[in-house]
Amino acid sequence: MFKDLFRSKQRQRYAKVKPPGETKPDAGAAAGAGAAPLQRPERPREVPDGIWTKCPGCQTIHYEGELAKHLYVCTQCGHHFTVGAVERLAQLLDDPEAFEEWDTNLATVNALGFPDYEAKLARAREKTGLDEAVVSGVGCMGGYPVAIGILDFNFFTGSMGSVAGEKLTRLFERAAERDVPVIVVSGGGGGARMQEGILSLMQMAKTSQAVERFGRTGRPYISVLTHPTMGGVYASYASLGDYIFAEPGALIGFAGPRIVERTIRQALPSGFQTSEFALRNGMVDRIVPRKELRDTLIRVLRLHEKRPMLDARAR
Amino acid sequence: MANSVFEWERPLVELESRIKELQAFVDQRGIDLTAEIATLQEKADRLRAEIFANLTPWQRVQMARHPKRPTTLDYIELIFDDFLELHGDRTVRDDEAMVGGIALLDGVPVTVIGPQKGRDTKENIRRNFGLPHPEGYRKAMRLMHQAAKFGRPIISLIDVVGAYPGIEAEQRGQGVAIAENIRQMSFLEVPIICVVTGEGGSGGALAIGVGDRVLMMENAWYSVISPEMCAEILWKDTSKAPEAAAVLRLGAEDLLEFEIIDEVIAEPLGGAQRDPEDAARRLKEALVRHLHELMRYDGPALVEARLAKYRRMGRLAELTEEQMRAAADAAENSAGAAETGQAAPAALKEAD
Repeated sequence: MFKDLFRSKQRQRYAKVKPPGETKPDAGAAAGAGAAPLQRPERPREVPDGIWTKCPGCQTIHYEGELAKHLYVCTQCGHHFTVGAVERLAQLLDDPEAFEEWDTNLATVNALGFPDYEAKLARAREKTGLDEAVVSGVGCMGGYPVAIGILDFNFFTGSMGSVAGEKLTRLFERAAERDVPVIVVSGGGGGARMQEGILSLMQMAKTSQAVERFGRTGRPYISVLTHPTMGGVYASYASLGDYIFAEPGALIGFAGPRIVERTIRQALPSGFQTSEFALRNGMVDRIVPRKELRDTLIRVLRLHEKRPMLDARAR
Repeated sequence: MANSVFEWERPLVELESRIKELQAFVDQRGIDLTAEIATLQEKADRLRAEIFANLTPWQRVQMARHPKRPTTLDYIELIFDDFLELHGDRTVRDDEAMVGGIALLDGVPVTVIGPQKGRDTKENIRRNFGLPHPEGYRKAMRLMHQAAKFGRPIISLIDVVGAYPGIEAEQRGQGVAIAENIRQMSFLEVPIICVVTGEGGSGGALAIGVGDRVLMMENAWYSVISPEMCAEILWKDTSKAPEAAAVLRLGAEDLLEFEIIDEVIAEPLGGAQRDPEDAARRLKEALVRHLHELMRYDGPALVEARLAKYRRMGRLAELTEEQMRAAADAAENSAGAAETGQAAPAALKEAD
């Protein structure tokens, strides 16, 4: 139950920014091109963990409580801090405690015998209180039951391995059985998880196929892209939403920015691979600030509530 | 790699040049050296068999990247009849990194597609080294839909470093193009046979790589990430690519074991580049065999089996309730006494 998610160790829920120069070793994944680790050179050294944090966008000091009240969005400059699955569900659902979590019994295995994978997994679990990168289940928004999946960037940079892929696939399958819409919030900066090799790559096929099959129910699938969404995650189910909404200022794209830079041997245009870039280039339906996300999603659900022509066709 | 010869082939090269010398001697002086030449030839054959039976994953990656390795168009010329190349995505341009068209395979009309590397520098530039933009994937998808419309099987010959990581590629939706290709290809009601003939660069390969049968040539590689990129991420050292290649399990035999591919196609001894005609013969035999098998099924049956195949991919454990309880207890115990629910997040250091 969702209550269990809440009761697990208090987890850091605001963005943990590494000082420039430090690189997470396993942040990359998909497509030869790989996803770049979450790094923006202009980010300042972060203040120590505690009850306050400094906004990377405008250096304003925020207290944890204040930030939480504003959904972890800076009130001064609008910078959207990364939030984890638990916090996200708390922000979106009518009653988080009533969330029915699915498929909590799936465990990752080191099928390739990849060096250090078990240790890294253990650290990820310790850090987030989650077992894997995807939290999935069913809850209510605006009174509408909806199947929700969250790809949590804090867990292994939100990379998709076998368990994440299976959970997402089952999310769509179960939603079809229950005839409810699907919302997936992706913070999949790590793309397809390198440690599971070709098995991760195939999750791109598995999840994309699940999306298509679900679509034949006539229920909507809304894909919400959050910072960052890259690589094999972006190039599969996350780009296949009937509706694709992006949070402002998110890093969205296929190839990691550093790979692109290295390939073309030029500086990248400013704003490259941000949500705004994606919008301008026609790849997302809307940019939705976090404060408006729950309402916007409910609006879509409401517009899909009655579907006379589909029902007539079915008869 | 001097003269397109691998470093591990050098003992062979020396032997072979000795043989040539002796042969030249025979021709010039008319001396009978048949026995000597035969002995050396036998030695060379044994050595070749030995060398190529024991290639490391990295050596196979090198083979897949050999400049003289047959390309998609080379195989099309050798295997298919009446190939008519078709161009364009009907939206923005013709991406020459991707080729495709209609042809006959053993008398059966098919659509054949695949990324195309250049065979010299000029062609490489024209073809962007075989790294497709979104329009290349959209061209492939257009041709695949055309195939499905006319009930034509699809053959996809995959040899691609990856989807091109450029600015325009991102602008024109590289991620979306790959996702759409994967989705749409999955539901085409015609037989689809994909063969990784050289390099299988992650999403850039999967975007034309969803099939009823996925085959790989013996020295091809197929991975979620290149060995170089993996080495950089793991060890911050691209020169460790050989180790990364081993760790990634990216060879044909590995993929067969993981049930990702259906068959490994043996190459002529020494690699496809040594005898392209023989390589093509072997590839054609496999294609024709699988094609006739698949053509026994109707469209919907093919799709159902295809989806079931992909549904099974991945490795994980499904825990019983007892196992879950045990795991939860273990986690709580290791969490330690400091846990008060309000534990300062300062205690949580970035683990990496």
